[in-house]
Amino acid sequence: MEVAREHIYSDADLDRVEGNQIEALKAHSQQPFPDPDEWLDEKLERNILLITVDAALNWARRSSLWPAICFPACCAFELIAANASRFDLSRFGMEILRASPRQADLMITAGTLTWKMAPQVRRIYDQMAEPKWVIAMGACAISGGIFTSSYSVVPGYNRIIPIDVYVPGCPPRPEALIYGIRMLHSKIARRSLGTEAK
Amino acid sequence: MTVALSGKEIATKIEERFPGSVVKSSPDSLVVKSEFLLDVATFLKTTPDLDFDYLTAITAIDYYDRFEVVYQLTSIKHNHSLMVKTHCYGRDNLSLPSVVGLWRGADFQEREIYDLMGISFDGHPNMKRIVLWEGFEGHPLRKDYGT
Amino acid sequence: MRDTRYARIMVLKTEPFILNIGPVHPSTHGVFRMRTTLDGEVVVDVEPVFGYLHRGIEKLAEERTYTGVIPLTDRLDYVASMSNNLAYCLAVEKLAGISVPERAEYLRVILAELQRIASHLIAVGAFLNDCGAFFTPFLYMFREREKIVDLFEMVSGQRLLYNYMRIGGFNQDVPDEFLPALDKLLAQMPRFIEEYERLLKENEILLARAKGVGILPKEVAINISASGPVLRASGVKWDIRKKDPYSIYDRFDFDIPTGEVGDCYDRYRVRVEEMRQSLRIINQARRQLPAGEVKSEVPHLVRPPAGEAYAHIEAPKGELGFHLVSDNSIAPYRCHIRAPSLLNLTALRDMAIGWKVADLIIIFGSIDIVMGEIDR
Repeated sequence: MEVAREHIYSDADLDRVEGNQIEALKAHSQQPFPDPDEWLDEKLERNILLITVDAALNWARRSSLWPAICFPACCAFELIAANASRFDLSRFGMEILRASPRQADLMITAGTLTWKMAPQVRRIYDQMAEPKWVIAMGACAISGGIFTSSYSVVPGYNRIIPIDVYVPGCPPRPEALIYGIRMLHSKIARRSLGTEAK
Repeated sequence: MTVALSGKEIATKIEERFPGSVVKSSPDSLVVKSEFLLDVATFLKTTPDLDFDYLTAITAIDYYDRFEVVYQLTSIKHNHSLMVKTHCYGRDNLSLPSVVGLWRGADFQEREIYDLMGISFDGHPNMKRIVLWEGFEGHPLRKDYGT
Repeated sequence: MRDTRYARIMVLKTEPFILNIGPVHPSTHGVFRMRTTLDGEVVVDVEPVFGYLHRGIEKLAEERTYTGVIPLTDRLDYVASMSNNLAYCLAVEKLAGISVPERAEYLRVILAELQRIASHLIAVGAFLNDCGAFFTPFLYMFREREKIVDLFEMVSGQRLLYNYMRIGGFNQDVPDEFLPALDKLLAQMPRFIEEYERLLKENEILLARAKGVGILPKEVAINISASGPVLRASGVKWDIRKKDPYSIYDRFDFDIPTGEVGDCYDRYRVRVEEMRQSLRIINQARRQLPAGEVKSEVPHLVRPPAGEAYAHIEAPKGELGFHLVSDNSIAPYRCHIRAPSLLNLTALRDMAIGWKVADLIIIFGSIDIVMGEIDR
């Protein structure tokens, strides 16, 4: 097969544009997003008219959470281990990892986030269809963990995207992750169309 | 066992070929002048009884008054190794000749040194930042970064 | 009307276009990105773009004590933490002139070789995943990996990032139930490897996808500083355990498996063979394991004399080296990590050019990279 072997490196303009995007996001993301507070919002959820619809809808939603692929670092292997035969995440209807964020409704952020990676994570989150949830898995995802003082690490995913459930550990054991997923299930169970509408 | 060649012995061989190129030598390493770096590297790679065909690693160390770039060379043929160093003075617009032409394994490592230490390598085909993004200020592995 | 439209198609020129793969893509093993230039479906150029996991480990190491760096090394090649610990501890011991008790040396060998099997299981599983056997081989490999992880959890309490080795040995001896469990695993493991071999060795799809694809010639492999299975698959008999024995590897009897042509299939074969050889080493080390201390007398804050040292080991991915510079303080002055994945990645462009995009994924999978180590 005859193919030209000269170097075709990408041009510097493209790199500069990408670098500017990272810097812009970094400048915007100095404060964490507040955690979604519908968990605490008790009043609106006691909506008698909608309660059976809510129950059926939430049951359907929480029983087939499909995680999007977002595995930057170490925690990914505990997530895969949770998916594999011993821990068998498919018991909770979420054995399918979706490569396309448009088909997913859960993001499990398994690993350290750097500023260079941040625009991509934000884009994945934006591409996911509503309603969507995020589990911050591991110390790096919560606060930057062991790398929090580094020059290139984002101190927690909540600078970039809102987080629903935090699972501590470095890395969390698969059992801990499953417990976090169960917490998310009960959070979804408390959702109400009434609160969604506002 | 990989034999670590004596820097002193190699230094005399290099001195014979390129007078004035070796700054100093010790049993475990030798320091060459940066303008002779490419000549010495070619000599080490092509001389039959040295045959350093494998570039194990490149490192740069910031000593405030100078940057030291360390080349770990190995010969797979003869199973011996050598540590070659060179110095780079000053803080701005530093440059060294690139050894990518001899060992292509230097490609990413030289780019990494450029990114994190701020030493650019002349003759490298794609000298730009590698792990940080374009527009990042400073070179983090320098000792004075962030102070 | 129709004639003119055809005529226009006839004169259409093709030109190369750029396809971006990653950084979030199921086949990029983490957050790796390839800017590929394609001519139709044929790869004309690949430019690896990384740094999406650059956490500044080398800089953070300068702010910690020598023992405090060990947890950072865990997070380099996070599927082979024990090997990283070993390489770092060897470097500090070389720098400070610390010796290690016999029992600790044997345990280190046992743990490092177990870690090699665990890492190769993931490498092979992920490679087959890339070949299109989606997740099934991965589940098989993870079944066995869990058994090894159980052993590591017994000794360290952690499932992934063990932080078990210390400068001068270990922080504590292995628990009583470790050795019986190890014996059980050693009895089972050959049968498991046979099982994969039965499933995969002669598998027609695997042969068609991997054989002859992504050939890396011997000279190029040496020139780009490849190491580990990538170098050996190209026919270079270079294994640091044999060529520059560290720890007590010179006491064991084992072979270095090598490939012939250096294609993806050879790299896969070398890894499977290495698992067998690792089992041989563990069996010997297990038989000879002496009783005694597992840690030599090391001060709480290690303060090596000023100087520098380079220590390297044969990690599962290749040559893992630590270049430490000391200024006689309690923290390393400079800690450079020679990451095998980073240098093996240089080969990607050579191997991939001229192949189809689907082959590029397999070639990339056969290098077996871990981003934590590349970006550091």
